[in-house]
Order: sequence, then C-alpha cells, then structure tokens
Amino acid sequence: MALVDDLATAVPDLEMSRRKALGVMTGAAWAVAGLGTAITTVRYLRPNVLFEPPTRFRVALASELSPGTLVVLPEQRLYVVRSEAGFYALSAVCTHLGCMTRHEPAMGRIFCPCHGSEFDEEGRVTGGPAPAALARVAVEIEDGVLVVDVRKPVAPDFVLAA
Amino acid sequence: MGAPTGVGRLQARVHRVLRSVVRHGFPDSNRNRSLAVFTNFFLHIHPVKVRVKAIAFTRTYYLGGLSAALFGILTATGLLLMFYCHPSAPRAYEDMKDLEFVVTAGVFLRNLHRWAAHAMVAVVFLHMARVFFAGAYRPPREFNWVLGVVLLLLTVLLSYTGYLLPWDQLALWGVTVGTNMARAVPLVGEDVSFLLLGGHTVDENTLVRFYVLHVAVLPLALAAVAAVHVWRVRKDGGIYIPADEAAGPPAPPEGGP
Repeated sequence: MALVDDLATAVPDLEMSRRKALGVMTGAAWAVAGLGTAITTVRYLRPNVLFEPPTRFRVALASELSPGTLVVLPEQRLYVVRSEAGFYALSAVCTHLGCMTRHEPAMGRIFCPCHGSEFDEEGRVTGGPAPAALARVAVEIEDGVLVVDVRKPVAPDFVLAA
Repeated sequence: MGAPTGVGRLQARVHRVLRSVVRHGFPDSNRNRSLAVFTNFFLHIHPVKVRVKAIAFTRTYYLGGLSAALFGILTATGLLLMFYCHPSAPRAYEDMKDLEFVVTAGVFLRNLHRWAAHAMVAVVFLHMARVFFAGAYRPPREFNWVLGVVLLLLTVLLSYTGYLLPWDQLALWGVTVGTNMARAVPLVGEDVSFLLLGGHTVDENTLVRFYVLHVAVLPLALAAVAAVHVWRVRKDGGIYIPADEAAGPPAPPEGGP
C-alpha cells in the first residue's frame, strides 16, 4: 500500500470575494422570487370554479321516456335517446371538425351544418366527411331517474337495457 | 496557428451574437460604465453621469421613482385581475367576490392592487409637495410642473374609475356622488354627467365606460405623459439643486473612487 502525500495533493481554490458572494446570493434571491411569482401567477390563472354545465346530471324519470324519444340537450351538447332496446346518449359534437350538429326529426337524421355530415339517430355516419360515428356517453338509472355521466367512457355501441 | 478549429469558429459566432446584444465591454472603466447606461433601452432614461448631490435620498425621497414603481405594480396586478373580471352587472361584483374567496392568490392580487393604488395617490401627492417646497417648479422646469399636475389628475381619475369596478354599494354611491358633483358645473354639467354615466344613473353603461377608461384610456395616457415628464427632467438639467448648494468641492478625477 502506497503512502499518499497530502501536502502534495492540489487543493482547488474555492475562495470567493465578498462582492462575488453577495452577488451570487442576490441573484439567487431574485431567482427564487421570480420563480415563486411565475408559479403563483400560473396557479392564479388556473380557474378553481368553472361556469360549464355539470358533467353528471339527471335527465328525466326513465318511465317518462317512451320508446322512440330523442331528447336534445343543447347546453350539454347531447342527444339522449330511448329506443326499443333501451337508453343511450350521443354526443352532439360532429366527429369531423367539432361543430354542433342538429337533430332533424322529419328526416330522421342528425345533420352537421358546417360541412354537411349526416348521421342516423343511432349516431352512425350516413354521409358527408365525418370519419366516425357520434361518440356515446354513459347513462345509468338511479332510483328510476335517467342520469348521464359525460366523463365515464363507454363502448361505441353502448345501450342501457330498459 | 492553423485554420480555426470547429470549437473556435463556434466561439467566434457566439461572441458575434453576444456583441449584437451587449454592445459595450465589462463595466470596469468609466467609458464602459457610461456605455452600459447609454446603450441600454431601459437605463437610457438616466443621464450617463449624475451628481452625487442629486441622487441623495433626502433630495427627492425617491418619490417620483416610487410613483413609477407603483404604476408598474398596478399595471402587472391589474392585467392579472382583468383575467377574472366581467364588467357587467351583477357579474362584476360576483367576480370580485370570487377573487376574494375562490381564485388562488386572488385576494393577494386584489389587495396588492388596492393598496398600491392608495399608495400611488399618496406618493404622487407627496412628490408634488416635495417639488413645491424645494422650489423645483421654477424656470426652466415650469412646463414639467404642469405635466406633473396632469399626471396627478390622471392618477386621481384612475383611482376614481377603479373605485366603481367592484360594483359594491360603496362603488355605486361613491360614483353617484362624484358624478352629481359634475352635474353642478354650470351650463355643461348635465351633459358631462350624461356622457360619463352613459345614462342618467350609475348603471351597466357606466360600468363599461369606467372599465374602458380604467384599463385602457387612462393608463395609456398616464404612461405617455409620464414618458414626456421624465424626458423633460433630463432636458431641464436633471434633478433640481439650489444654486447655493450647486457650488461644491470639485468632482473627483477621472478613474477616481
């Protein structure tokens, strides 16, 4: 085992002038204050309360919807349908470029006025540029009341048996 | 030495880019210190050299600079408050309550804006008092005194228009009283009041009018007049020093302490 001569080992010169040290500390204080201000500002700009319609809401008593009914909910941008098979809800947002579609009961179709996409009342594409069927959102029956939950994902052919 | 290496070329390029931004050497000589002020957009409102007497705290109490700093705080906090403010009744009042109880840091920004506004009125008034008691309004500075009076007026108008925006009882009746004072002006009083209010009582129209004045018209006017005000300070020979104090010991030699 070789001996190490401590005195011969080079020691890095870490000494700093008072002015330099104060400058570094001042810079660090400004950086901390700036970062805190930036984070607080971004947090301030994230709203804590939204003025949007609720994502889970009651539609009607399930018994009040007779088969063949289509309820339009413009604020929630939804169609709630009671078919022979049961209940389902369709997003009214066109799958082409996101316009709001309209229900045309006389034609038995859902039509998008922006670029002419057409859907049947089950949301399937029947014409126009739309690349996919209208999205379905979850429906449930709670104490006899039909409840829609927009956030809950469901299969594209989801129907709640009556 | 052969052809410059890749690293050498990169260093030269970085140096060229830096020189296009910072156009003076490290400020360790009088010449470079002067250039540092002279070539900087934000610092060039300062003279290249100032007299120690002029920047003594007790000469000005920094009241003009404090007014400008408060205006900066008010602009920054005001812009942020605008993100949550709908100037319509009764939404404006609800937004103010949301800022206080719902929005993260909202109460901090609202209070910062409010206190900085009160402070600005006080500091601008004190600035004016200081200039008056120092006699700094006398020629050749008399026009800058007039600009200062305009700035005080704009500050008070900003304070007054901001008073209505929370749309609470204090705001409503404060502005009702104020515009009734305008109505007392002979001949044009009724018309002035009608124009200010956009109607016969403090209402939706008044709120939008005061909002536009508060966030756009008056701040831009104040910034423009303040720019001329600072420019005139320079053109009139800098901060006023009475003649009996102006003669002092000679300036230290070049390269001095």
